[in-house]
Amino acid sequence: MLIVQQIAFIILLLAASFIFYKKIFSIRRNIFLGRDQEFTGDTSLRWKNVLLLAFGQKKMFKRMTPAILHFFVYAGFIIINAEMLEIVLDGILGTHRLFAPFLGSFYNILLGLFEILAFLVLVSCLIFLVRRNIIKVKRLTTGDLAGGWPKTDANLILITEVVLMSLLLIMNACDYNLQQLNADHYTQTGPYLISQHIAPLFSGLSEGSLIAVERSAWWLHIVGILAFLNYLPYSKHLHIVLAFPNAYYAPLEPAGKMRNMEDIQKEVLYMMDPAQAPTEVPADDNPPKFGARDVMDLSWKNLMDAYACTECGRCTDSCPANKTGKLLSPRKIMMDTRDRSEEVGANIDKNKSFVEDGKSLLHDYISVEELRACTSCNACVEACPVSINPLDIILELRRNLYMEESNVPQEWMQMSSNIENNMAPWKMSPDDRDAWTRG
Amino acid sequence: MMVKTMAEFMAEGTEPEVLFWVGCAGSFDQRAQKITKAFVQILNKVGVSFAILGNEEMCTGDPARRAGNEFLFQMMAYNNIQVLNGYGVKRIVTACPHCFNTLKNEYPALGGQYEVIHHATFLQDLINNGKIVMKGGGAFKGKKITYHDSCYLGRANNIYEAPRAVLEAMDVELVEMKRCKTNGLCCGAGGAQMFKEEEKGTTRVNFERSKEAVDTGANIIAANCPFCTTMLMDGVKNAEKEDSVQVLDIAEMIAQSLED
Repeated sequence: MLIVQQIAFIILLLAASFIFYKKIFSIRRNIFLGRDQEFTGDTSLRWKNVLLLAFGQKKMFKRMTPAILHFFVYAGFIIINAEMLEIVLDGILGTHRLFAPFLGSFYNILLGLFEILAFLVLVSCLIFLVRRNIIKVKRLTTGDLAGGWPKTDANLILITEVVLMSLLLIMNACDYNLQQLNADHYTQTGPYLISQHIAPLFSGLSEGSLIAVERSAWWLHIVGILAFLNYLPYSKHLHIVLAFPNAYYAPLEPAGKMRNMEDIQKEVLYMMDPAQAPTEVPADDNPPKFGARDVMDLSWKNLMDAYACTECGRCTDSCPANKTGKLLSPRKIMMDTRDRSEEVGANIDKNKSFVEDGKSLLHDYISVEELRACTSCNACVEACPVSINPLDIILELRRNLYMEESNVPQEWMQMSSNIENNMAPWKMSPDDRDAWTRG
Repeated sequence: MMVKTMAEFMAEGTEPEVLFWVGCAGSFDQRAQKITKAFVQILNKVGVSFAILGNEEMCTGDPARRAGNEFLFQMMAYNNIQVLNGYGVKRIVTACPHCFNTLKNEYPALGGQYEVIHHATFLQDLINNGKIVMKGGGAFKGKKITYHDSCYLGRANNIYEAPRAVLEAMDVELVEMKRCKTNGLCCGAGGAQMFKEEEKGTTRVNFERSKEAVDTGANIIAANCPFCTTMLMDGVKNAEKEDSVQVLDIAEMIAQSLED
């Protein structure tokens, strides 16, 4: 009987890992649909960002309440995972609490710590559910998150974590009861810090029933975790993985600097000095594309940003345009970019390579009105705890609108023509530039 | 007003310590001209040898680039770099955070390498070096003042303390808005918005920001950017507070506080 369980466990583990691995590779492929982007600068600064922003969650602490609750869930996730090693080995080897004999009384202390964390995760997730569904915190319940998949996704994650943590505590509670009954297999470790208080709930059960509950909780917990693992790539919860590379690739230069367009540099130089321009243009020369129309025109960091977004809405909540009722929401920019990347990925899966589908990120997902509302103030960039840059995408799409589509508001046309002819955005005579010195 | 151009310095065979990049707003906008003149007054008073480019200066291209017109940006940039490099300019000071950002961060990629300083930092240095002496503690001593962080000095370039140090030197009572420093709210002008009508919304960005500033109870809103100054003045007018609340650039405040 035990051997059947062991084989079932190993098959489950391998299958779950394989499916996860495949999906992660398809996401990796989607991210690299983006164009190349060079990353220079001090590597030690990049690791510092990983430590401070990702491990240390520095930016989360701009808002204390969610920061503390989130920190519990995060610490719980990282530390309780240490116990996963024992659970997995137990499953494979058919043992029970493999590490207990080696660690002695330290085992109990360790389990106590895990239980405290599990309890904190459980409480935090319950509070998060209340914030989303009862208090209805504005940034978590309105606009892009008002309903549909994003709302369901958020609640599913929280409910799953509540269930998983409950199973862990129930399993330990039954274990303690079984220890007291001197049941076979159940190593005497003593009561655990939190679950000993739940244990009385199960104390009336027979040994057989206790074993059934304990085993069910154990199996449901591990199956739940493997299922959750495979849910990650479809969910906003993927941020638990991508927050780390995202912090590493966070720009080190001042946020105000815009990416230089080298393609245009040549054209401008030829325009200013026609003698330098090549006399013949090679026939197979593809004219460069200006700015971004679709996800393939964005950089891979832009696309990784989209997959790293957990839709917390701090960007949108700090956006001056959004705050004053404009259509722009930086969070929606990221959600749209991910959705379109997924759509393009599915297209490639189906057709082997991308087949034109008559759609693009610009227009079909993100409207001109949204893009026009941006003041390039960098509030969204500053607000993001996982170093996502919605502004970069907005500006690349604007470049496409301007230079490829000539889709430009009349006032900006006028401004450009003033700059070109009068060297100032207003219609002023360049000869009057120094007039103030005489007045 | 004693202002020499780079060309004049060159004709004399000398060089100024620093080039004052006036910017389009500082040159043409009537409100911003006052900031320009105040800054020049300070430079002359403390004896900084400076020059302007005069009519050789052109738009840096910032609004064109942010609207999406990279061609025009690069044209302007190359033209300006040609002039600046022609004069061998090494140090630039400007009272506009948009010009500051473009000159400092975006010109190097096109061959323009300069030490670029925003006037907030420049004024802070003058104060620290004892060059600026206030008349009787300054014109704003003890006055309740709030400070508006411009996006292009603040988040774009991480300069939050220099302008506050300048205000502190004037012994003002600084009351911060809830959204300040890294969380500062934009005035609504950046990203070329200055040059077009706002998109449809429930209110205007500058109305929202000005209301927040007015609600601090301060009588003066200190700024460091000609666009912010214009936007905030419009917002204060909208809140019908133009009689009791003034919007001033930190350079104007220093100029009014100088010894005669």
